[in-house]
Amino acid sequence: MWTWFYKLASPPYVYGVAAAFAPWLLGVAAIALCYGLVAGLAIAPLDYQQGDAFRMIYVHVPSALLSLTVYTVMAAASAVALIWRIKVGHAVAAASAPIGASFTLAALVTGSLWGRPMWGTYWAWDPRLTSELILLFLYVGVMSLRSAFEDPARGDRAAALLAIVGVVNVPIVHFSVVWWNSLHQGATVVRLGAPRMPGSMLWPLLVMWLGFMFFYGAVLCTRLQGELLNRERQAAWVREAIKS
Amino acid sequence: MKVSAREAFMLIVHRELCLSFRRPEQLLQPLVFFLIVTTLFPLGLSLQLSLLRDISPGVLWTAALLSSLLSLDSLFKSDADDGTLEQLSLSGQGLTLIVVAKTCAHWLVTGAALVIASPIVATALGIPVAAFATMMLSLALGTVTLSWLGAIGAGLTIGLRRGNVLLSLIVLPLATPLLIFGAAATERAISGSSAAGALYFLASLCVFTCTLAPLAATAALRITLE
Amino acid sequence: MSSNFWSMGGYARYVWPCFAFAGAVLGWNLWSARRLLVAAKLKARRALAMATALAGNESR
Repeated sequence: MWTWFYKLASPPYVYGVAAAFAPWLLGVAAIALCYGLVAGLAIAPLDYQQGDAFRMIYVHVPSALLSLTVYTVMAAASAVALIWRIKVGHAVAAASAPIGASFTLAALVTGSLWGRPMWGTYWAWDPRLTSELILLFLYVGVMSLRSAFEDPARGDRAAALLAIVGVVNVPIVHFSVVWWNSLHQGATVVRLGAPRMPGSMLWPLLVMWLGFMFFYGAVLCTRLQGELLNRERQAAWVREAIKS
Repeated sequence: MKVSAREAFMLIVHRELCLSFRRPEQLLQPLVFFLIVTTLFPLGLSLQLSLLRDISPGVLWTAALLSSLLSLDSLFKSDADDGTLEQLSLSGQGLTLIVVAKTCAHWLVTGAALVIASPIVATALGIPVAAFATMMLSLALGTVTLSWLGAIGAGLTIGLRRGNVLLSLIVLPLATPLLIFGAAATERAISGSSAAGALYFLASLCVFTCTLAPLAATAALRITLE
Repeated sequence: MSSNFWSMGGYARYVWPCFAFAGAVLGWNLWSARRLLVAAKLKARRALAMATALAGNESR
């Protein structure tokens, strides 16, 4: 089992795994997303208070959950890269950053469009919205810092440190609705205890969440291949890899 | 000659203070910026002094945040440029001690100065004298935290082109809780209610940052220096 | 029935742009990732070609 773990530190091995997995992950994601969309838009019943507007949950919540998950993956990969000097970690972090930033933007915009009919405003300086916005700034900071260095290896390490420092924001975003009086509704799914949503509305949400997760996996694999190639351009294994 | 850690700390702080006071204009710049930015808001909004009181905590804190950012760039830059930082790190005292000493000296020169200057600015914004104690305490806690966040940012951005902008981009998102709670504390003090909750939160942020930031800042310096 | 679906109970001007934006983000991710990979392979091929050309020059 540990040999598999060590193999993950090897760029050519990870490149091969990523290349093999990407189409399958994308396929599963496509099925889940289509299924979830149909179920969410057409089959799930109307909400008593919000009517059809609640259906925006089916893109808003998965985007928001993914924005936090991707940041955590990025921070974890950065930590692995800094502590054990495993370069693949830097590649994973670099690949994840733009994906996570786009999901954060999606969460903010879809949330804003949901907020207008529900709360009467496109934006509120509420703890969860503010901390999610800060998350976007943190992503942008990490990406800017990485690209500001002329030496890519140094840029990777600096960005890795910043990603780790910024991870304190992730629990803040999640617990903001618990710690403060927030306009945003409390934790419905990711909490201890049973989810606070009826089953017929919940399962399309879970399917969409799964779809987004597999989508992240697929895009990560593709970006990871690109990042590994860029970092290891001179290596021997690259010659074989680029023949395809 | 073996120098104890405490002696090394005092030496470095003393050196930083001497260097800072050698160019008094450099010291005054963030303070002047603080004053200018604070005056921009009432001029731009053209409010009566009594109405200004409503926005004054936020204005004060935003101005303090921005002026602290100005001075952060110089925390490590000149020493990194002429090689002093590398010499210090080779001195055997440990890079963490050096970072702690430099950051403390930096706060004494910038953050403490902001705290002392804040009553003047507060009067210009119409903040009542009764709120001054809370305001200054919140600024003191906030600027210490900010100096540490800035040390991490400065360590990461030494020697980069447009490092200033990147430094602000890195530090400001991390500093937003300071702004929120600092302004809240001042706001509560102005309206007469207890600012204890916000102050405790600021204090906890300060302790959290003071404990972990030296490690992060040292790691940042190791990354950029090696 | 179908028109109720499209009008989303009157909230269509929020719901559809919402899903459209999410779809655009997903689409951008796919496009950007593919672009990165293609560019990376191209750069690697160029680097390889340069290296073999230089090696060829030296061996003469």
